[in-house]
Amino acid sequence: MNNTGFLRATLVIAGKDLRAELRSRELLALMLLFALLALLVFSLALELERLGRQAAVSGVMWVTLVFAGILGHNRGVALEREHGGHDALLLAPVPRGAIYCGKLLANALLTLLVALLLLPALTILFNLPTFPAALLLVLPPGCLGLAAVGTLLATMTVQTRARDSLLPIVLLPVALPLLIAALRAGNAALGNAPAADFHAWLQILLIVDLIYLAAGLLLYEYALES
Amino acid sequence: MRADADALIDVRGLVKVQGRLPALRGVDMTLRRGEFVALTGPNGSGKSTLLRLLAGLSRPDGGSIHIGGWQVPAELAALRAQIGYVGHETLLYDQLSALENLHFCARLYNLDEPERRIRSLLQRVGLERRAQERVRNYSRGMQQRLAIARALLPDPAVLLLDEPFDGLDAAATGTLTQLLSSSDRRSILMATHRFGLAEQLADRAIILLEGVVRQDLSLQGAAPGDLVRRYAAVTEAG
Repeated sequence: MNNTGFLRATLVIAGKDLRAELRSRELLALMLLFALLALLVFSLALELERLGRQAAVSGVMWVTLVFAGILGHNRGVALEREHGGHDALLLAPVPRGAIYCGKLLANALLTLLVALLLLPALTILFNLPTFPAALLLVLPPGCLGLAAVGTLLATMTVQTRARDSLLPIVLLPVALPLLIAALRAGNAALGNAPAADFHAWLQILLIVDLIYLAAGLLLYEYALES
Repeated sequence: MRADADALIDVRGLVKVQGRLPALRGVDMTLRRGEFVALTGPNGSGKSTLLRLLAGLSRPDGGSIHIGGWQVPAELAALRAQIGYVGHETLLYDQLSALENLHFCARLYNLDEPERRIRSLLQRVGLERRAQERVRNYSRGMQQRLAIARALLPDPAVLLLDEPFDGLDAAATGTLTQLLSSSDRRSILMATHRFGLAEQLADRAIILLEGVVRQDLSLQGAAPGDLVRRYAAVTEAG
């Protein structure tokens, strides 16, 4: 028996989380249902002309995903703690960073799946002339960043009494740079801004992702053990 | 400095504060290689806190813990695979089957020949016929047996058990007793209120009261009921 390597441990933990979710579909159903309802509310509340609707699509998508992500992260971490899942991971001879990366990988893939399932609904509800395929360029890095910050903060706040209400209060200001970069990059990708803006905002989004990842790798062990 | 050269676990002056109250107030204890020690004491005496500290799930506020010469928690990474722990929670994923839970554990611990070991453990805890079933469908007793199997899977040198017999019926208690009594050469520290089982299984008993070790007594050759009498004397004296 040897200590498990970083990459292997990351994949084993992510695989376990995805397998468990595939069985229960609890988080996916929760996030998707909330996101669809939010899109419906946005489409009814924003009575916009055709151009206005196109300009709003990226913003609506990311705001919806951030709130759906908050719900998913809160519930996911609570489920993990229910039977001591965090303790099981802490006891294992795996790098603490790998626990964080495994959880964030599973969360990112789940959020990305919700985002992909939302795109057709977005097209219909916002009466878009074409499927907003350009958003596909921004969704993977955006979902990765959202999962990076959400996984860390949900682990910290789950240990407090006010965990359900605390996560949005903590996450929204911290995730603001990500939200702005993803929203602007998405907007440019849809042709609502010059192409140069797309590259610039995508680069900013990737830098924000790296900052969140680095912070998560540094702080997750303390969040888990506190 | 090590007080006992043969000690696998050596705890000196261990202090843990929870909130503003001290849960442990200078605990000294040892666990020798291959020894089975029962840890007993009233609710809130610090048993679970002590076990969590030994497992590295919590950080001490004072004193020292050495396991196999390694300092905990500073050098814990080197000996994580050597510590098995069963707490109040089962540490199992109830959406997964028993087999999947054990396979996940085997992958995390990078075990050699996991299949053979998993099958053997499932047989020993009497769950081989229901191994494919999801853990959420298991009774409390079955979950507890699976939790023990999970802790034993990496073949740890030290097993830390927090009230492992809680919620078990007579048959499950019998299976677990047999499993623990055949854990040869493994050092076991078990928190329990079941004095009869402690006398049956353990070589020694430690009585903890208000975060301090009040009695450390050998159970080898002790008369039945001896532990209960000593426990009553200690708790009544306060």
